[in-house]
Amino acid sequence: MDTLDQMKLGDLAIVQKVSSSVLACKLTEMGLYPGKEIKILFKAPLGDPIGIEVGDYTLSLRKKEAALIEVTVGT
Amino acid sequence: MNIQKIALVGNPNSGKSSVFNQLTGLNQHVGNYPGVTVDKKTGSFQLGDGEKVKVIDLPGIYSVYPKSEDERVVFEILNDPQNENYPDLFVVVVDATNLERNLLLFTQLHDLGVPIILVLNMFDLLREEGIRIDVEKLSELLGTIPVVPLDARKGEGIDKLKKAVSDFQQTTWIPFLNESHISESGAKTLLTESEQIEDTDHRFKKIAQILKFCLKRETPPKSRKLASNNIDKIVTHPIWGYGIFLFILLMIFQAIYELASVPMDLIDNVFLVLSQQVKSTLPSGVFTDLIAEGIVPGIGGVVIFVPQIVLLFAFIAILEETGYMSRVVFIMDRLMRPFGLNGKSVVPLISGVACAIPAIMATRTIDQWKDRLITIMVTPLTSCSARLPVYTLLIALTIPEEEIWGFMNLQGLVLLGMYLLGFVAAFMAAIIFKLIIRSDQKSFLIMEMPTYKIPRWSNIGITLWEKTKVFVWEAGRVIMAISVILWVLASYGPSDRIEKAVSAIPKPVDTSVDAEKTYEEKVSSVRLENSWIGILGKQLEPAIEPLGYDWQVGIALITSFAAREVFVSSMATIYSVGEDFEDEATMIHRMQQEINPTTGEKVYNLASGLSLMVFYAFAMQCMSTLAIVKRETKSWKWPLLQLVYMTTLAYMAAFVTYNYLQ
Repeated sequence: MDTLDQMKLGDLAIVQKVSSSVLACKLTEMGLYPGKEIKILFKAPLGDPIGIEVGDYTLSLRKKEAALIEVTVGT
Repeated sequence: MNIQKIALVGNPNSGKSSVFNQLTGLNQHVGNYPGVTVDKKTGSFQLGDGEKVKVIDLPGIYSVYPKSEDERVVFEILNDPQNENYPDLFVVVVDATNLERNLLLFTQLHDLGVPIILVLNMFDLLREEGIRIDVEKLSELLGTIPVVPLDARKGEGIDKLKKAVSDFQQTTWIPFLNESHISESGAKTLLTESEQIEDTDHRFKKIAQILKFCLKRETPPKSRKLASNNIDKIVTHPIWGYGIFLFILLMIFQAIYELASVPMDLIDNVFLVLSQQVKSTLPSGVFTDLIAEGIVPGIGGVVIFVPQIVLLFAFIAILEETGYMSRVVFIMDRLMRPFGLNGKSVVPLISGVACAIPAIMATRTIDQWKDRLITIMVTPLTSCSARLPVYTLLIALTIPEEEIWGFMNLQGLVLLGMYLLGFVAAFMAAIIFKLIIRSDQKSFLIMEMPTYKIPRWSNIGITLWEKTKVFVWEAGRVIMAISVILWVLASYGPSDRIEKAVSAIPKPVDTSVDAEKTYEEKVSSVRLENSWIGILGKQLEPAIEPLGYDWQVGIALITSFAAREVFVSSMATIYSVGEDFEDEATMIHRMQQEINPTTGEKVYNLASGLSLMVFYAFAMQCMSTLAIVKRETKSWKWPLLQLVYMTTLAYMAAFVTYNYLQ
């Protein structure tokens, strides 16, 4: 399955699962729960970290953390 | 219900501090939670009937399950009703424009069965976006709890909040999640990781459902968030992003140097006059000397930093309040990581160019202890403004004024080189600390980027007041103590050694003002030479000779141990010139004439000048910084290590510089 770090700028995605890790709970609490629609807003130079739209706010996270989030491409 | 103590709880960026400031005004106090470096803000306000209510502004958190130092502080209070910070009523502040994520914390707290009020902050922004919210329905669906819409930035609704506090009645508690893990066990016994995730997932799904009922879009979306996103496209742009950041930095430093110099000169003069006044009004004696030459200049040495610290904090606060700070973190994070630092280290590190004290105090925003510690350890290597007078003197003294490549001024180039050297050393040291410092914590950056906002000046004003208080009190005490000790060492010597040396100076034959002045300057010079510090300086000579310094420099190294800029005034005393600016040319002239008696060469040449500059670039000659590092790391271990490693580095680098150029 695709992970969030592979998404391109402007892509819409739907969170499927947050891989189990020490950060899984933190990521869920920030609003990345299964079924949530997100959008890739911008990327820092070198493509890391990335900024995504989660509901009503903008969240930034490193590529490494984005790789923990399994997504399907939304429309 | 009689409410005497309330606690404000909420996500970071929910505007909780604005609510706190609106409630308490200047009736507030910032302290520390025991054992951690988390600000503890408390204050009080009066209800309509004159009843006084205590307010605790708990640190901003995303969840009751602790993951950061801030969250652990709140977690401990939540689970200890006997704790002095445990309130009669929890006031949960949420950002109304971002309800889904903000309400998670509210539902968790509600399920603990504690008395609770919900504050919908930034209510006006929600209206501006054309969204209507059914407050009553929201209250009902969340479990019949009081809901207060509020706009803390303008202060609207604060009275309603006060009324809600005084009217508060505990109603039948209806848990938000029936099958909630929290309400069964309390947060006390932590749920397992997977239970936490499951619980959070359930909460979000239910919150989303509730919000569908309560939020109605009335007009098409206004462009506030869109505008914010558009600004972000520019400020996070690979080229423009860095350009803008660099431009803002240049403006800030320009402003700090321009604006700070006026009050700094003023403070300098005021304390000079004060010292003279004390001398002329009090009967002469040891006690008067102590006040006039030890304590008054000591206090002056603390106060002189205040303009720079205030300005730097003002700019940092503006960057934070507007939301731009998180964009800086965003574009710099990747570049900082190889050095064991992260995006949040950038502003403290760069602030070090003005002054390391506010810079180190600003590292509290770095969540990871290891990243924060590395930032604290290396920040003093960046060339702060107190090094500038030292560099300027030594450059004028030893670097020829000539142009290279037809357009670059060599002296200017050397000065620039010193600043670059500071940064390079800071990054190199960071890499070494990254390898040395052990940590179980994994470094991560999961950060909310708030929408851009106009800063609230009263918030900034309160921040400045609190930070300055901390500096004057925490660092001030140490600087005072060291200044007095240094004064004693510089004013007294063994038995009558000073008196003998002074009486050996021939008295001026004519009584002209000039002759008097020359005589007095000679006396000060001889007094210093024969004082304890003078003796120490001479003792130090064998150790600093390999760096190209003589005992005069040794004296200045000791006197400037508390603060670098003292180097210049010590040199002035040693070379018998007054402390006026006009005398600097005289001093440079005299220093240039200085000949080493053993080698017959000039004492201040290119090799020894650069060696001394390099020494000042790296040496930890600042007691205030050490005092602040102790405060921010909660132990003497780190400031002592800093003192040792920086002094060693300074010595070795100066040694290499001198011997390479010699």
